[in-house]
Amino acid sequence: MAVIDEATVKRVARLARIKITPEEAKGLVGELSGILAWVAQLDEVNTEGVEPMTRVAAMALKKRQDVVTDGEMAEAVTMNAPEKTDHFFVVPKVVE
Amino acid sequence: MSDLTKLTLADARDGLRAKQFSATELTQAFLDAIAKANPALNAYVLPTPEHALAQAKASDARLAKGTARPLEGLPLGNKDLFCTNGIRTTACSKILDDFKPPYESTVGQNLWDAGAVMLGKLNCDEFAMGSSNETSCFGPVVNPWRRTRAGRLDNAKLVPGGSSGGSSAAVAANLCLGATATDTGGSIRQPAAVTGTVGIKPTYGRCSRWGVVAFASSLDQAGPIAKTVRDAAIMLRHMASHDSKDSTSVDMPVPDYEAEIKKGVKALRVGIPKEYRVDGMSKEADEYWQKGIAWLKASGATIHDISLPHTKYALPAYYIVAPAECSSNLARYDGVRYGLRVPGRDLIDTYENTRAAGFGREVRRRVMIGTYVLSAGYYDAYYLKAQKVRTLIKRDFDLAWDKVDVVLTPTTPSPAFAQGEKSGDPLAMYLEDIFTVTVNMAGLPGISVPAGLSSEGTPMGLQLIGKPFDEATLFRAGQVIEDAAGRFPVPQMWWA
Repeated sequence: MAVIDEATVKRVARLARIKITPEEAKGLVGELSGILAWVAQLDEVNTEGVEPMTRVAAMALKKRQDVVTDGEMAEAVTMNAPEKTDHFFVVPKVVE
Repeated sequence: MSDLTKLTLADARDGLRAKQFSATELTQAFLDAIAKANPALNAYVLPTPEHALAQAKASDARLAKGTARPLEGLPLGNKDLFCTNGIRTTACSKILDDFKPPYESTVGQNLWDAGAVMLGKLNCDEFAMGSSNETSCFGPVVNPWRRTRAGRLDNAKLVPGGSSGGSSAAVAANLCLGATATDTGGSIRQPAAVTGTVGIKPTYGRCSRWGVVAFASSLDQAGPIAKTVRDAAIMLRHMASHDSKDSTSVDMPVPDYEAEIKKGVKALRVGIPKEYRVDGMSKEADEYWQKGIAWLKASGATIHDISLPHTKYALPAYYIVAPAECSSNLARYDGVRYGLRVPGRDLIDTYENTRAAGFGREVRRRVMIGTYVLSAGYYDAYYLKAQKVRTLIKRDFDLAWDKVDVVLTPTTPSPAFAQGEKSGDPLAMYLEDIFTVTVNMAGLPGISVPAGLSSEGTPMGLQLIGKPFDEATLFRAGQVIEDAAGRFPVPQMWWA
């Protein structure tokens, strides 16, 4: 399977939205390569015509009426926010 | 009065009903024990004495009036992965900071509705990712067991297993009557095995996942860690429920498991899978496995060799599925709606700073692996492939159920190891779950019951794996093993 180099580690860290230092990137090359090389043993398994597992017990996905079941709890929703104003989450400016 | 904390949950229940002591006395005994032991063991990350005493007082009123509920006044510990209304919940991660959920997990609510008392929040690996409780942002938990070397108690700090290491240590050290726990790859059964306690991961769907901090949603299940098989049976009955808030929870009646345990194993067909005889398994693990076979046979069970050919692929497949689902679940920690925020130049920089500072090393590693295997071009090669292998693992068991009713294996390849012994090598740590992880991959129930002590004087467990939703048989067979092997209380309370 694919090779993990430093550029790949940096790209993945960016996708995962985790800032890493150049030293951490170097360390992660070895760690991730080791784990991915180990999981590559799955290539030995013939999965031709095998359905991917989607659930444990054979049961239909439950449904319910498409109605509002709760709401009017802005205080509870925002109470743990690191920064808020009048029940709004405050974030750094995103539109110039 | 003798030490109330040494009672089993069943005996404490009977003692309360017989008015031998009050729920307040019982609760206070545990709070005192926690205050004394926690500096040494670090099992609780947040004791909640006021909350516990208020619940105990209400329980005493009900006990006096004769309106006691099934778990009335019984003090339990609650893994910090379960959200608690108005009480800090962190999943032992810095990223949740001082998060106080405005709601209670369904499993927790079920226990409190049954009358149980919460003593506090228990330590665990960060987001339940770990097998030694060394990844917690609150520091490691210390196993109350110590090794005996050359006839003397060794001072090396042993790990209590993970991720539910606070739960297993607290139960083993008599810091609660029983504890909630969760199991994604072995996080109930492995800690139970290395602390001489009983832990059951029920069938996927038996307990609601609502209000439990998510790790890998297709694998996560809640269950109890307790002192005895009977106690685990009592607790599971009151944790399990159908819940409209979790679409994967099943609408099935929950049996009275406590009534099942005395039924024995006469004519029960027990499978012994040859693939569990792995390289690196300790001689003692094998010896107790043979003893387990003999105990069940002596009680009337029949023993059958079986084959589960895809066993060796369960762990590598798990280390694709679990990180993939964790990277998706943990995307919610963005520093905007709750938890830690580390400001940056702009929004993306704020996300990146927050997640770098908030997640510990193992969590960052797994989020990165998960992000990689789900990234463009790799989905089919990794995640889809692993889910297909999962179907084959489940099929192995489906075929085995034609021949046997339950499967017996060791719980772990070896007894408790020392702190730091495996934390530098992720692959060595992952191998801790080699016997437990197949059960999560197939969604089956599994129980770990103490089997005996290693040559170092530390506990070893046996695992029983059951058919979907047949936890009752696991309790029956587990009771037979407990009756034969005996119970294994910690011999010396060196921390007190």
